[in-house]
Amino acid sequence: MAEKPSFQKEVSTLMSVMDGNPIDVCIQCGTCSGSCPAVEYMDYSPRQIIALIRADMRDKVVYSDTIWCCSSCYSCTVRCPKNIKITEMMYALKRYCTWKHKHKGGAIGPGFSRKFVKIVVKTGKSYEPGLAPTFMFKYGIRGMIDNMIMGMSLFQKKRIAIIPKTVKRINNFRRILNRIIPVGVEQ
Amino acid sequence: MKYSYFPGCSLETTARSYDVSARRTAEKLGMEMIELEDWNCCGATAYFHIDEILALTLCARNLAMAEKTGLDVVAPCSACYKNMLETNIRLKKDDELREHINLALKEDGLQFSGQGRVLHLVDIFLEDVGLEKMRELVVNPLKGLRVAPYYGCQILRPKMDRENIENPDFLENLISSSGAEAIDYPLKAQCCGGSLIMTKNSIALKMVRNLLKCATDNGADLIVTTCPLCQINLECYQKQVNRIYGTQFALPVFYFTQLLGFALGIPKGDLLIGSEMNSPAPLLTRFAKEA
Repeated sequence: MAEKPSFQKEVSTLMSVMDGNPIDVCIQCGTCSGSCPAVEYMDYSPRQIIALIRADMRDKVVYSDTIWCCSSCYSCTVRCPKNIKITEMMYALKRYCTWKHKHKGGAIGPGFSRKFVKIVVKTGKSYEPGLAPTFMFKYGIRGMIDNMIMGMSLFQKKRIAIIPKTVKRINNFRRILNRIIPVGVEQ
Repeated sequence: MKYSYFPGCSLETTARSYDVSARRTAEKLGMEMIELEDWNCCGATAYFHIDEILALTLCARNLAMAEKTGLDVVAPCSACYKNMLETNIRLKKDDELREHINLALKEDGLQFSGQGRVLHLVDIFLEDVGLEKMRELVVNPLKGLRVAPYYGCQILRPKMDRENIENPDFLENLISSSGAEAIDYPLKAQCCGGSLIMTKNSIALKMVRNLLKCATDNGADLIVTTCPLCQINLECYQKQVNRIYGTQFALPVFYFTQLLGFALGIPKGDLLIGSEMNSPAPLLTRFAKEA
């Protein structure tokens, strides 16, 4: 039987990573880590994540906090001297983790993104109040109060819609998404 | 000029003032923005965390509908802009991906061929109207107002061909055309935290604090943004930042369309100035000679 593909191979085949240069051209210069505004919160810097992938240390990567600390600001991507699309690599790792349900315990990101997709599939649009339950209660009582005050202030300023909007041709919209999946999904 | 206007989800709710002021100011400057019919979500960042092809398909539907109108599509939200721009580039160069997505788009009678351009709202102010004409049309020159231009990320990156990606100046130019003074500060293109404000609160709050501190230390009276998420992070979370960091920020943050609209003589109410938590209105009254 053929050997199981390495973690590096798995990550590389997650589409847009291949759009730029593959991570094997990384020279470990650390420009990405130096450019990252969230690096101080990460357990491994972006440079270290690339090194870990290349060393095939899958669990260290997928259970790291780093992936969920990336805000997709692209500072690393535009500065990488080897033209590696590091932000896209982070996106690919997020997909890897959400698909396999493997991620650091307590991370809000995966549940938030799943809920976001569910809302968009249902209505064709995003809806902030619908996302709130995924993070509202995760920052302690103080955080919950803060979020409630914020919600009320936005409501007073007429900046929150009570009823989510839906695209008009929602059935066609859903049919499009279903068609992307090769076998199609019955409505 | 005529454009296909793609407001995006935030502009229907938290960023209503951006939508209203964008339409009003564009109209005042003689640009025609026709809302794209039946547009859908661009996927933001979260959809890309689950599936990339589906996320690209969301944008492809919007682009295909815009193509039908024969007009270039213009997005005021930097994230919508970046997603549509990247999708446009990707689908144009990847024949197989385009065919795959086009097969699905048939379900709504649509096809993507990549004819139209994707523009940010800022682009049409700069390209279509231009700074010179803007200066001529200003009736409330905002002399002495110190404005911090805040670029954020997605309007600049990862698009590599925008001039001066590390030190852009197009927002400074727009601000100056209103008569106001654009202040210089090092973090103008640093991230606001984006959706981390919901999923990794402490990181985003620190990023916001750093930005507010940098802008205030450099003498800003207010901040101008081009993105709804930047606006909400920088403005609505100031109270939380103040509590955590013991600071006293009360800095108004509003959209470039509100600043320009006001300078052009549009009444504050028509630009929804005052729908912020820290209203810039008191700072603007001394210039008011509304047309």
